[in-house]
Amino acid sequence: MTIRVELPAHVRNLARVAERELPVTLEGPPTIGAVLDALEREYPMLQGTLRDHVSKQRRPFVRFFACEQDYSHDPPDTLLPDAVTSGREPLLIIGAIAGG
Amino acid sequence: MADKQNIVRVLVGTRKGAFVLTSDHKREKWDVAGPHFAGWEIYHMKGSPADPNRLYLSQHTGWHGQVIQRSDDGGVTWNAVDNKFVYEGVPGTHQHYDGTLRPWEFKRVWHLEPSLTDPDTVLAGVEDAAIFKTTDGGKSWVELAGLRQHGTGPQWQPGAGGMCLHTIIVDPTNPNRIVIAISAAGAFRSDDGGVSWKAINRGLRSQYIPDPDAEVGHCVHHIAAHPSRPKVLFMQKHWDVMRSDDAGDNWHEVSGNLPTDFGFVIDVHAHEPETIYVVPIKSDHEHFPLDGKLQVFRSRTGGNEWEALTNGLPQHDCYVNILRDAMAVDTCESCGIYFGTTGGQVYASSNSGDSWNAIVRDLPPVLSVEVQTL
Repeated sequence: MTIRVELPAHVRNLARVAERELPVTLEGPPTIGAVLDALEREYPMLQGTLRDHVSKQRRPFVRFFACEQDYSHDPPDTLLPDAVTSGREPLLIIGAIAGG
Repeated sequence: MADKQNIVRVLVGTRKGAFVLTSDHKREKWDVAGPHFAGWEIYHMKGSPADPNRLYLSQHTGWHGQVIQRSDDGGVTWNAVDNKFVYEGVPGTHQHYDGTLRPWEFKRVWHLEPSLTDPDTVLAGVEDAAIFKTTDGGKSWVELAGLRQHGTGPQWQPGAGGMCLHTIIVDPTNPNRIVIAISAAGAFRSDDGGVSWKAINRGLRSQYIPDPDAEVGHCVHHIAAHPSRPKVLFMQKHWDVMRSDDAGDNWHEVSGNLPTDFGFVIDVHAHEPETIYVVPIKSDHEHFPLDGKLQVFRSRTGGNEWEALTNGLPQHDCYVNILRDAMAVDTCESCGIYFGTTGGQVYASSNSGDSWNAIVRDLPPVLSVEVQTL
């Protein structure tokens, strides 16, 4: 399954991708954790920048939005909504307004 | 001493990116490249003495944490290397600002100290205070845990900038001897390559801790040494400028006639081991120069007797700060002195401090300055 993921500017620069939105191919159930696994596999330099290396906890000033809902505080095995898995809507990975 | 045809490269870390300034040996015209990693805090950037085109850089944001970059071409291109700094074992606790105990938690890298002889070996000073080492060019980092596990660790506490390990000095004559400093724990030395450490704070007196001459708890802001005399150390403490002639075993105050002995930076002339520089700051509550006058003070006697250097520096309405890693010297025949301010200026003197000019201004606040003489 391939979904659409939008990355914040700093992360795009770090990963050296120009596009605001990336296609991300998932293995297994479509969860936020699976999205992060796939991103870190494709772009190893992002390891540690969206979630902790060891605990895998989301960095405090990173947010996950989809379909006008905040998934940031949901467990990483939370399934993404159908609109995201079908490709109609992107998963937005956002730098929180307080982070800079 | 470097010859007259040197290229001088100044590595400037700021709150919002890295800048590389380049000039010929005259140091009159400067090319400014950057910002690299725009929008990121660049705590420190330093070149390898063994391979000057090998640079290491610490970048950080509140959003995305720590990244380490490495350049193999003098800062033209960069590649992210490993950013995994994991404390060895169970991290334990240290004092927090409010007196409670907090577990050690990695926050950022404050200082990168490349080996004098091996481009792939670098020491990293981090917050919460610890020292890490890479021997593979940044592909992996391992903690030298003997420091954090020093018996006094639970007594360490953060200074206003955090509990940071900000100074690393490796003895050029004995690479196993390493001096480090932590705010606010003090100075420590290893004589076995970082395996074991001892506190080296005898002679420091700090009125802001319950026991002013305690073994640890001192807010050391920076330490500098001349490569030819690695046992002679100069320290800018929170208050007090200090000197040790025995690799830190004993310290004595050399503030002398300074108008205020609070400050952050301290450095040593490249060719005169008894000539040292500080930038006095008014006080711990007012982090700007006295009376709005930016003055570097130079001692040619290893301390105690100081002269103000003001030629070319603003002498009214100047309220910037100069942070602890934001002063450096070149090794040109006529020694150059450089420092960066929180107002975004980098000032340089190509004549040992006699006169100054801003080689760039209006950068983001400057966090660190290093110089390479190529």
